[in-house]
Amino acid sequence: MSAILAENIFKTYGKRKEIKALADVSFDVQQGELFGIIGSDGAGKTSLFRILTTLLLADSGKASVEGLDVVKDYKAIRKTVGYMPGRFSLYPDLTVEENLNFFATVFSTTVRQNYDLIKDIYGQIEPFKKRKAGELSGGMKQKLALSCALIHRPTVLFLDEPTTGVDAVSRKEFWEMLKNLKMLGITILVSTPYMDEAGLCDKIALIQNGKILSINTPRGIVHKFQKSLFAVRSSHMLILLNTLKEFYEVDDVYPFGQYHHVVMKKGSSEEKLHSFLTQKMKNDFELKAATPGIEDCFIDLMKEN
Amino acid sequence: MKQFIVFIKKEFHHIFRDKRTLFILLVMPVVQIIIFGFALTNEVKNSKIAVLDISKDAGSQSLIAEIDASKYFELEKNLYSYKQIDEEFRKGSARLVMVIPRNFNEDLLHFNKATVQLIADASDPNVANTLTNYASAIIRDYQKRITDNHNLPYTITPEIKMLYNPQLNGAFNFVPGVMAMVLLLICTLMTAITIVKEKEMGTMEILLVSPLRPQMVVLAKAVPYLALSIVNIVSILLLSVNVLEVPVNGSLVLLLLESILFTLMSLSLGLLISSASESQQSAMFISLVALFLPTVMLSGFMFPIENMPLTLQLISNIIPAKWYYNIVRAVMIKGIGIRAVWKETLILAGMTFLFLAIAIKRFKIRLA
Repeated sequence: MSAILAENIFKTYGKRKEIKALADVSFDVQQGELFGIIGSDGAGKTSLFRILTTLLLADSGKASVEGLDVVKDYKAIRKTVGYMPGRFSLYPDLTVEENLNFFATVFSTTVRQNYDLIKDIYGQIEPFKKRKAGELSGGMKQKLALSCALIHRPTVLFLDEPTTGVDAVSRKEFWEMLKNLKMLGITILVSTPYMDEAGLCDKIALIQNGKILSINTPRGIVHKFQKSLFAVRSSHMLILLNTLKEFYEVDDVYPFGQYHHVVMKKGSSEEKLHSFLTQKMKNDFELKAATPGIEDCFIDLMKEN
Repeated sequence: MKQFIVFIKKEFHHIFRDKRTLFILLVMPVVQIIIFGFALTNEVKNSKIAVLDISKDAGSQSLIAEIDASKYFELEKNLYSYKQIDEEFRKGSARLVMVIPRNFNEDLLHFNKATVQLIADASDPNVANTLTNYASAIIRDYQKRITDNHNLPYTITPEIKMLYNPQLNGAFNFVPGVMAMVLLLICTLMTAITIVKEKEMGTMEILLVSPLRPQMVVLAKAVPYLALSIVNIVSILLLSVNVLEVPVNGSLVLLLLESILFTLMSLSLGLLISSASESQQSAMFISLVALFLPTVMLSGFMFPIENMPLTLQLISNIIPAKWYYNIVRAVMIKGIGIRAVWKETLILAGMTFLFLAIAIKRFKIRLA
């Protein structure tokens, strides 16, 4: 049985249903899987999360969590899942400890009963347990929110952009925690706009404009990228970019960190690119083959759609 | 049940940690009572009067002394000519001018008939009316004293008795009004805001994805404000009895029970408003505009309902504060029991159930 199953979900907003949020979204998440929904802002991630956590009704399509229907069995789902919304949603005027105790009671449990589950996460903010939640730093707020979402031992955890607005170190720590939770057998659905986090998931779905572009393991997604990819650099990056855009052998070119990534058309070769660059840029360039990452695949998939 | 208690505890935390709001909630009723009691009063006291005494005889002198002695008037100035009258009014230094014509005493004693002219500044018609009435009454008293020695044929003496409030203490009128206002403001506005706040902050999203029953969330929110309101009812009553000398003539228990009923009505109304608004501003706007203003204007507390056009009289029936105001006046001032106010009580109870039922029915179990 899949832990999460979505079949042909459509969702629109507005009186005349003019804003399309999700179109024909289907995927399934196995028990104990760490599944990532990767997409930019406005791609429909939050709508999808809200439908799965029974907060919104889809226009059409079916979804179930742990075999429970999100519409019919919403009460049962609400008892078993943990949900951490994208926005910090705890009580800022309550202390860390009070927030945690409150949510423990809401789920008819106690902090002591499930302390082992949150020990690694809550342990880091426990020294500040008398501090008001509103006065915590961004990373600490996320840790507290995660502790609160975990306090009732959910079997499925929904994390909507848990690392947005959190510094790089805290982000890394956060993903370490997710790995540990996964080891405990908790199914995790996590969304993020950061491509570098995609590689840390067991499986990812790339989503754009409410449509799922591809579902695969991170490696599988990269593996599917069959075109040849190069990284180029020059002291005149902008000129280089514009020049490459005009070259007919180039399928796509886009800035990528300190380099520009160049995707070549099928049948083209490095020599052709090299001679073109020598001709246009003189010797002011550096060219090397690049291994495609998830971002390259995502850009490629977006272009195809 | 444990969840319910913990939720209420959390609400108390919210209230007690927001010191400023708590201060306003507890002090506002006290300040309102004091302001209404001592500063804002529509009673007429110590009004400035100027006198143009042309006759200057024993009769006019004693009449003037009489006027000056009353608590309603304060003799500001003696005038010497008619021209000065207009000037006095323009300057605003007198609200009433009494003109005593030539040969006042003589006319009175020899012809049994004298006239006194009262000129009032009627830019505020109510005050002008009241002042001329007071002055006329003093003049009548004076006349009566003179004529006591003679036996006049055919006299009718009206004997006036002011029931329930013999001293015409204005506080008798506004204490019930302020109670209605304060309870409505605290319960309706605050409950509406506190629920909408959860929606705005996003915490409602987490509460929804939990085993909590939505009805429980809503009821738990109302409990602390019920407690706060009871504190306020007690403080208003203590103040009015001890400071403003407004007695509780009827049953105190009945008065408290009726107040709690009105509080419950306000709470349900607050819950209803919260179910209709998405932001704290809109909750506040609905509470203030759609509720507070009609309460002040149409409950009978500021303006008598009987004087209003029929449409407004009909509209006033749906204003809960009108019924509560009637109840408090009846129980507190007139000292009558439940038998006289059962109709109002039933109406308030009906409104409570109606609002509560709609609010719970409308409470969304999802975000949209």
